Amino acid sequence: MAKRITINPITRLEGHGKIEIFLDDKGDVENAYFQVPELRGFEQFCVDRPADEMPRITTRICGVCPMAHHMAATKTLDDLFHVEPTPTARKIRELLYSIFMVEDHTLHFVYLGGPDFVVGPDAPATERNILGVIGKVGLEAAGKVIDTRKRLRAIITNIGGKIIHPVFGLPGGVSKGITEEEREEIVKVAKDTVEFAQFLLKLFDDVVLKNKTYVDLIVGDIYKHNTYYMGMVDENNHVNFYDGELRVVSPGGKEIAKFKAQDYLEHIAEHVEPWSYIKFPYLKAIGWKGFVDGEESGVYRVAPLARLNASDGMATPLAQSEYERMFDTLGGKPVHNTLAFHWARLVEALYAAERMLELAADPELTGTNIRNIPTATPDEGIGVVEAPRGTLFHHYQTDKDGILTGVNLIVATVNNSAAMCMSIKKAASGLIKGGNVSEGLLNMVEMAFRAYDPCLACATHSLPGEMPLEVNLYDSNKNLIRTIKRD
Amino acid sequence: MAKAKVAFYWCASCGGCEEAVIDLNEDILKVVDAVDIVFWPVALDFKYKDIEAMKDGEIAVSFINGAIRNSEQEEIVKLLRKKSGLVVAFGSCSHLGGIPGLANFHDREAILTRSYETAPTVVNPDRILPQLSTKMPEGELTLPEFSETVKALDQVIDVDYYLPGCAPPADLIMGAVTAILEGNLPEKGSVLAPEKSLCGDCPRGEKKPEKLVMKDVKRVHEIIPDPEKCFLEEGLICLGPATRSGCDSRCIKANMPCRGCFGPTKEVRDQGAKMASAIASILGLEGEEEFSEEKAAEIVNKIADPAGTFYRFSLPSSLLRTRKRE
Ligand code: SF4
Ligand code: SF4
Ligand code: SF4
Repeated sequence: MAKRITINPITRLEGHGKIEIFLDDKGDVENAYFQVPELRGFEQFCVDRPADEMPRITTRICGVCPMAHHMAATKTLDDLFHVEPTPTARKIRELLYSIFMVEDHTLHFVYLGGPDFVVGPDAPATERNILGVIGKVGLEAAGKVIDTRKRLRAIITNIGGKIIHPVFGLPGGVSKGITEEEREEIVKVAKDTVEFAQFLLKLFDDVVLKNKTYVDLIVGDIYKHNTYYMGMVDENNHVNFYDGELRVVSPGGKEIAKFKAQDYLEHIAEHVEPWSYIKFPYLKAIGWKGFVDGEESGVYRVAPLARLNASDGMATPLAQSEYERMFDTLGGKPVHNTLAFHWARLVEALYAAERMLELAADPELTGTNIRNIPTATPDEGIGVVEAPRGTLFHHYQTDKDGILTGVNLIVATVNNSAAMCMSIKKAASGLIKGGNVSEGLLNMVEMAFRAYDPCLACATHSLPGEMPLEVNLYDSNKNLIRTIKRD
Repeated sequence: MAKAKVAFYWCASCGGCEEAVIDLNEDILKVVDAVDIVFWPVALDFKYKDIEAMKDGEIAVSFINGAIRNSEQEEIVKLLRKKSGLVVAFGSCSHLGGIPGLANFHDREAILTRSYETAPTVVNPDRILPQLSTKMPEGELTLPEFSETVKALDQVIDVDYYLPGCAPPADLIMGAVTAILEGNLPEKGSVLAPEKSLCGDCPRGEKKPEKLVMKDVKRVHEIIPDPEKCFLEEGLICLGPATRSGCDSRCIKANMPCRGCFGPTKEVRDQGAKMASAIASILGLEGEEEFSEEKAAEIVNKIADPAGTFYRFSLPSSLLRTRKRE
């Protein structure tokens, strides 16, 4: 009586992400697959283009985190053309990057991941969205969210040219500087943003941590994987989004590698499966052992919780104390509970806001020396940043005129692809017993991958934050026996 | 009177067009108030079958973003066409093919081989490629097919209006929505943006010399352009002369030349051809003393990747369409 459950998250007609769950004769989960049915082929069609255009081409990989691609491409060009950005340019880049990080993390928490907690995993589906969040936190707080997002996005538009697909990054610098007047305005917004990030953490405290049901969910086994973790750190092993070395820690929390972006090929490899267009990166030193966790498996995770696990702390004081509080509460490092990604995301939002304020207060920000013109012959360049959804690698090879001959990209969410498959399977296995599929499954399975904030499809784009789900249950003759739909 | 029914749909999209709708901020509440959104996969739980069940023409307008990359997308846009009074192509990808359309310079096999076999991180000794159907121990898994070329929306269905830009700016989106709701629309096939070229709108246009001459060709990383001079005068390729205005010169204000995301103006059939002739004319090919033909040819040859630059956003809808195949 083998059964198959298809979860087509975005409705059948969209098809950017799909889950297939197979049940055995007892009706328990035999296996589950998280498929990504999309490929656009940037790695190939960028070939023959001038490398200097990459910051404006690769932004179109993602319109939700275009800044991450813009910055990774720009840093790759620094490396490719062998040129350092001027100190002012470097600060402008990191400032805009910090603004983007806090804005993007906020969007996820309030619109996407947050409703599960703020409104509740078992609240009526119609309330488990941004409107439900507004109902719970009040209009004033909701207004703060919209207003903060708008102010942050306006700064990026002004300096970066466009908010969706910025244009200001060039090898050795940026195309436009910051005036003193603009700087003063940014300081104001930054101060409010620090307060805003603290407000979100307080909200998390009040509605999640004070509720035993939620805490049990977070620490429970259903959302737990013992994996390796990777994240970028500065010279003090503190989390950094813009620059530093990549550090990998084992499931036991031991540093097993620390390397420069330029050496990524020695550490990371990608596995291919015939049933998905997404590739599965793993740690080369450990090897691909399939969709399993533990020390023996090369599967690693990236993004907020992974970055916190892979670091020794945060570089700003308020974020540091939140970092300590998180690990104290959850029983020390590393934390393997997938739902803690949400908490880690807010700790990072606070860091990004504090970093924004630090950079905005720096008088060097308004310097006029914003570009170093490259003089060396281009050949090969590798650049990395921490995108909201994890480590993002760009790697270009060119001829002596800077025309691309080879491009390799490991996009943030892809690093987590194997872990997401595992999380789906574990959540489904924990929920489906004896062929019983409850409505609760829908949201619980969603929560397993929503924690990663995957940038695959509507999970990152949905407004008002609810992902439509439909589960079809077929009998062994492929007849539809039941449809569970959340509306 | 019943509210107008509106649908949003995305094909091969980066999600930026969806963000552009969210970036309407407070205005989005006005839109939600004025219309009845019957389909928006990223936000609302209406399904394929809900659309199928609707009467032909029941949806007042469907906004469709993203390029057309697979048969599944073709099928859905055909369905939406049938059920909609108006179809608006939303954003460059839908309007002209957009950046994903650059894939038409390469064939399908090359794209798959690079991604799954020759990329330096890939370890794939058995040369496994994603398959339309895979037999797993537990059952069959399927994937949609990656098509041969990328298409703009009007190469698949009839389109009534175009909203240009990558992504379209908020004021044009609101303008289009208002015009539709008020029934205040231009002739079918119009692009819902100003008619003039970007140069006519450009803050650097005023300072442009009477007779613009381009003495050399440079790339953006090679010089620091004067923030007030026309980019072409400085030797930087700027697609302003061949591009429609309406973006508020966004890139130019950030001191970066235009790459043409708004597409050609009304009179221009082919944005890339128009740009090539614009460059030719300012290189002084028509009898400028200081330019010999050899010199002009030498300068033209310095344009890195002319096709990929002049057709950055419009390759699938251009006269070139796709790379010539042997
Ligand atoms: S037009 Fe631009 S913003 Fe819209 S989907 Fe295409 S690439 Fe993204
Ligand atoms: S070519 Fe570019 S810089 Fe020059 S006037 Fe036109 S839009 Fe402006
Ligand atoms: S300046 Fe050109 S590329 Fe930039 S937004 Fe305007 S039309 Fe698009």
